[in-house]
Amino acid sequence: MHEGVIAAKGLVKRFGDLVAVGGVDFTVTPGEAFGFLGPNGAGKTSTMRMIGCVSPPTAGDLHLFGLDPRRDGRDIRARLGVVPQMDQLDNELTVAENLLIYARYFDIDRSEARARAADLLEFVQLRERSDSKVEPLSGGQKRRVSIARSLINDPDVLILDEPTTGLDPQARHVLWDRLYQLKEQGRTLVLTTHYMDEAEQLCDRLVVMDGGHIVAEGSPQSLITTYATREVLELRFGRGRNADHVADAAAVGERVEELPDRLLVYTADGEGSLATLRNRNIVPDSALVRRSSLEDVFLRLTGRTLVD
Amino acid sequence: MSLVTTTAAVWRDVRRPQRLIERSAMVYRHNWIIILSGLFEPMLFLLSIRVGLSELVGDVDISGRSVAYDEFVAPGLLAAAAMNGAIFDSTMNIFHKWKASKLYDALLTTPLTAADVAVGEIGWAVLRGMLYAVAFLVTMAALGMVESAWIMMAVPVAALIGYTFASLGMAATTYMRSWADFEYVPAATLPLFLFSATFYPVSAYGDWSWVVNLSPLYHGVELVRAANLGVWNASLLAHAAVLVVLGVSGTTVAARRIEKLLLS
Repeated sequence: MHEGVIAAKGLVKRFGDLVAVGGVDFTVTPGEAFGFLGPNGAGKTSTMRMIGCVSPPTAGDLHLFGLDPRRDGRDIRARLGVVPQMDQLDNELTVAENLLIYARYFDIDRSEARARAADLLEFVQLRERSDSKVEPLSGGQKRRVSIARSLINDPDVLILDEPTTGLDPQARHVLWDRLYQLKEQGRTLVLTTHYMDEAEQLCDRLVVMDGGHIVAEGSPQSLITTYATREVLELRFGRGRNADHVADAAAVGERVEELPDRLLVYTADGEGSLATLRNRNIVPDSALVRRSSLEDVFLRLTGRTLVD
Repeated sequence: MSLVTTTAAVWRDVRRPQRLIERSAMVYRHNWIIILSGLFEPMLFLLSIRVGLSELVGDVDISGRSVAYDEFVAPGLLAAAAMNGAIFDSTMNIFHKWKASKLYDALLTTPLTAADVAVGEIGWAVLRGMLYAVAFLVTMAALGMVESAWIMMAVPVAALIGYTFASLGMAATTYMRSWADFEYVPAATLPLFLFSATFYPVSAYGDWSWVVNLSPLYHGVELVRAANLGVWNASLLAHAAVLVVLGVSGTTVAARRIEKLLLS
């Protein structure tokens, strides 16, 4: 009756007068990596909390595994793994104990819990930190413990809320690698992010959220193809002078976005457009040609950048 | 078959709060010495009364019997120790887990419910309180303050007192906004400690003795005292009922508040 692992129709979350999620529809299929991309305040976390059965929907229809969170929250949660935005690790326990006690919350017996904890700490490359307290770990290590912990009940769906926010680039890559491996194992991943590169790396399909609504949906590549050009030429003319060159830039590309510090020229051939500009004696302080990204998609859809 | 699976599922759900107790046991395995610290205060009280005060005061008339002052006071102190232990565990400790470490947010993403969290945490406070009661009883016996073998009943009574105050403490904690609010806790427990017929019989209040009935601790003191004297009568059921009703109310409020604040 309900298609997909997760199916939402007209899903709404209101807090008093504030509309956090204003009626969204989406379906997540088994084995898929599904993303919610959007800036802070777009309604991503509220949506994730409803999926995680820790926040009752105000209106609309939501089903996980064909079950209704309003009625079967406990049974649904038994099949989910949750990695929250802020690591909510148990600071009074060691790394291994964090996993062991978590297993007990899912009624996993002790010997099975010990075996799973050892395997999972191996998987996140933290076995040698098993007996360490949580506090001295780095941000990236803590997030990996969170991921290991979320897998202790062998969940059908793994929910990750901004998995790499606040981590340094190296830690992000380690984490992406692990998440990619989970995806290859066929586990269903649902994640939120405000990093376009993260969405491009991990998501098979994503929805772009803004102001509590879904403004676009598709694979990262199809979104880029639909809403952006192949390349982007970034031009800097110096403070206060970017605006003077909008018309010049528009003449060599399909579309121009004016940002406070630079102009973005959407074009199939960035180098070609730059050469044309130079031939017309319009020389920017600096110029950069890059492939277009989800950031450009978001800019096109909302007129704002993802990360302020 | 379906009855068997249903029974198994119900049994599993009933036992879920136990996971919180397992967690606390795991935490205190690292610093069990903290548990012992809770013993010192009531023990020192007990010792000081035994050493000096008892001689000074002499005997006290209670239920038509004359008992030595230290034997009169010891049950009061035991009841107060059960209260203080439960209050400490269910206020500061729970506030820390709630606000600072976000433990309950993490727990609620698992099959545990708000009610499981409330019952489990209160359950741990009760166990801790019982441990103190046993240690206290052993000390009382060693100092020759035990009147009757019925004093063994003080252990379940201490558990009930612990349950009542842990529930009330946890319920109150869900209304605390910051650490500053905890200044109110001793403001509530100190008068209870002093004026619950702990140190002198309720008859000392004369016409105002009915006011003492408003203190939950008083009902606990009466129960422990009855256990020590081995005197049982119907009024004790009323004292126990007051503690049960307050405890159940506190647990209900705590569970509802967790649900309202963390599952919004």
